[in-house]
Amino acid sequence: MDHNKLQHKIKETFDRIQERLKGPFRFMEVCGTHTVSIFRSGLKSLFPHLLEHISGPGCPVCVTHPRDIAMGMELAENPDVIFAIFGDMMRVPDSNGITLKDLRAKGANIVVCYSPLDSLKLALKNIDKEIVFWGIGFETTVPTVGATITEAKKMGIKNFSVLSHHKIIPPVLKFLVEYGEVEINGFLLPGHVSTIIGISPYEFLAKDHKIPSVIAGFDPIDIVYALDMLTSMYICNSPKILNCYERAVKPKGNKKAQRVIKEVFKVSDAYWRGIGKIEASGLEIRDTYKEFDAKKRFGLTPKDVGEPKGCRCGEVLQGKISPKDCPLFGKKCTPISPVGPCMVSTEGSCAAYYKYGV
Amino acid sequence: MGGLASSRLISEIFIKYLSNEILDSLDDAAYLKLSPRLSFSTDTYTIDPIFFPGGDIGSLCISGTVNDIAMLGARPKYLSCGFIIEEGFLISDLEKIVKSMAHTAQKAGVLVVTGDTKVVPKGSVDKIFINTSGIGEVILDIPLSGKRASPGDKVIINGTIGDHGLAIFTAREGLDLDFDIKSDCAPVNNLILKLVENIPEIHVMRDPTRGGVATTLNEIAIQSNVCIELFEDALPIKSGVKEGCDILGLDPLYLANEGKFICILPEKYVKPALEILREDHLGKHAALIGEVTDTPKGKVVLNTKIGGKRIISMLEGEHLPRIC
Repeated sequence: MDHNKLQHKIKETFDRIQERLKGPFRFMEVCGTHTVSIFRSGLKSLFPHLLEHISGPGCPVCVTHPRDIAMGMELAENPDVIFAIFGDMMRVPDSNGITLKDLRAKGANIVVCYSPLDSLKLALKNIDKEIVFWGIGFETTVPTVGATITEAKKMGIKNFSVLSHHKIIPPVLKFLVEYGEVEINGFLLPGHVSTIIGISPYEFLAKDHKIPSVIAGFDPIDIVYALDMLTSMYICNSPKILNCYERAVKPKGNKKAQRVIKEVFKVSDAYWRGIGKIEASGLEIRDTYKEFDAKKRFGLTPKDVGEPKGCRCGEVLQGKISPKDCPLFGKKCTPISPVGPCMVSTEGSCAAYYKYGV
Repeated sequence: MGGLASSRLISEIFIKYLSNEILDSLDDAAYLKLSPRLSFSTDTYTIDPIFFPGGDIGSLCISGTVNDIAMLGARPKYLSCGFIIEEGFLISDLEKIVKSMAHTAQKAGVLVVTGDTKVVPKGSVDKIFINTSGIGEVILDIPLSGKRASPGDKVIINGTIGDHGLAIFTAREGLDLDFDIKSDCAPVNNLILKLVENIPEIHVMRDPTRGGVATTLNEIAIQSNVCIELFEDALPIKSGVKEGCDILGLDPLYLANEGKFICILPEKYVKPALEILREDHLGKHAALIGEVTDTPKGKVVLNTKIGGKRIISMLEGEHLPRIC
């Protein structure tokens, strides 16, 4: 679609939404890619005033609990370990404001990987070291980590393991609608996660809580179309789960990926920054692959640690406050000297507000 | 390094390619006759890799300093160059670099009139670092400055953005993306002079090197205490650069450019300025990319493709190290 037509279509849709709504409609997106797309494309600046957008816990780096960060730091400081991480984790401060970047400057062996398979290559090249891959991510990245573990087992690799702090999305949505303090009128559901899990894990939102939800793609026009559907369902009081990302999301999801996840991981309790423990919201490595479970391999136990001083990322992640409501935002906490992960991560809400203004 | 050996290095390589009457005298300093209003600049080049698609540290160290001098509205005349070379550096590579310097100096119409070489132990520098300092004669009555952007002015650029930054990133990471990605490294002083001599009023010229167009415009917006609005639709970006950036998660607005300059001038001179630029091979993709407004002061705002707006913030921290 050419840009003039696109601008016209978007304006027309937002005018229709504004006309349709009788009062404020608050929607939450739970995917870092949606957060960035909304800000970066300038879509945020075009939202009609009755449309309230909040970002939820959709950034896996941001929702990693300080106790899990502390566990990662402990491994990174182990002189026998090469700690393989995704780039964004490098600058996340722990409860004392120390980052992996600081540890690396002091000599810790920390390597940025673009994929978990890179860390397997590291294991083959460094047989005198223990390579640990830090598994931070939702359902989108878990299958690749699972496949890496099965590959490691097939190859008989003895010096590789994964620190699994993976989480799954539907339980945190359930927590937000049952215990959250913020009223949510509709969800923009994560496109990438949904390619793996399909539609049915979200059905409870419509069935039990009457909250309409739409699985959306990432182009601005995809998001606008999804908001049109969301507000229409809301006004007609006919909440459903709609899939508007059919080019990537099949109703039953990706069966092969689900099989890999089930083969290697089992559901466990997990801790989410700002929330605490949510039952059955994480993934840990099954006993059949226990030699690849870094927690067992290194006898790691979680430590009871709090948030960095003054950090309110936990409230931002639940939509309780906007980044701009945090007293540290833009002052003590900036991308160059972040206090919490929401300012560090490329998909963090605070980073988006800071970088793109609005 | 012994006296005889450095003498041979100087004569065999430097004089061979950079020869001119002033340099050839090999005095301790160069005797220059210049008009009293001068533009003076220095830069040290530590780029990695030293050879890259579209250029090398040699073409870069001449272009970079020549361009900086020209940005005041000046005619660059003379350069010095200081080399710090790691022991064991290949003479053949040094020769390639100096030949490239000579070629670029000739294109720019400048002379290298004095220099220095130090060879240091292995590991003290990474292969080769080059400093160039340069002098030019200011031809405008009022030199151009970052403080002079005014609401109502327009922002133009002489060509595509992000070429150099992406070329360096892909060369450094050893990525072959199947797109034609080349640095735009070039001296643009002659093109700048054409503009300055024919356009009655220009307010700002700046080359968007480290930190890209985004950072440079933020600096100008702060210096001039204005807002600069960019039009996303109008930004000239090569399709290969766009696709490469999409794949790598980079933003062309923050990538360095080494053959480009931003020019901020009154609206009535935009059309003739663009005509002058587009006649030159270094300006054929020149474009009007933005305008200066009043608020929000000190900020750069992007008018996006979909008709929305967002801030373009200053680059925080080191996006890509050793880019120039």
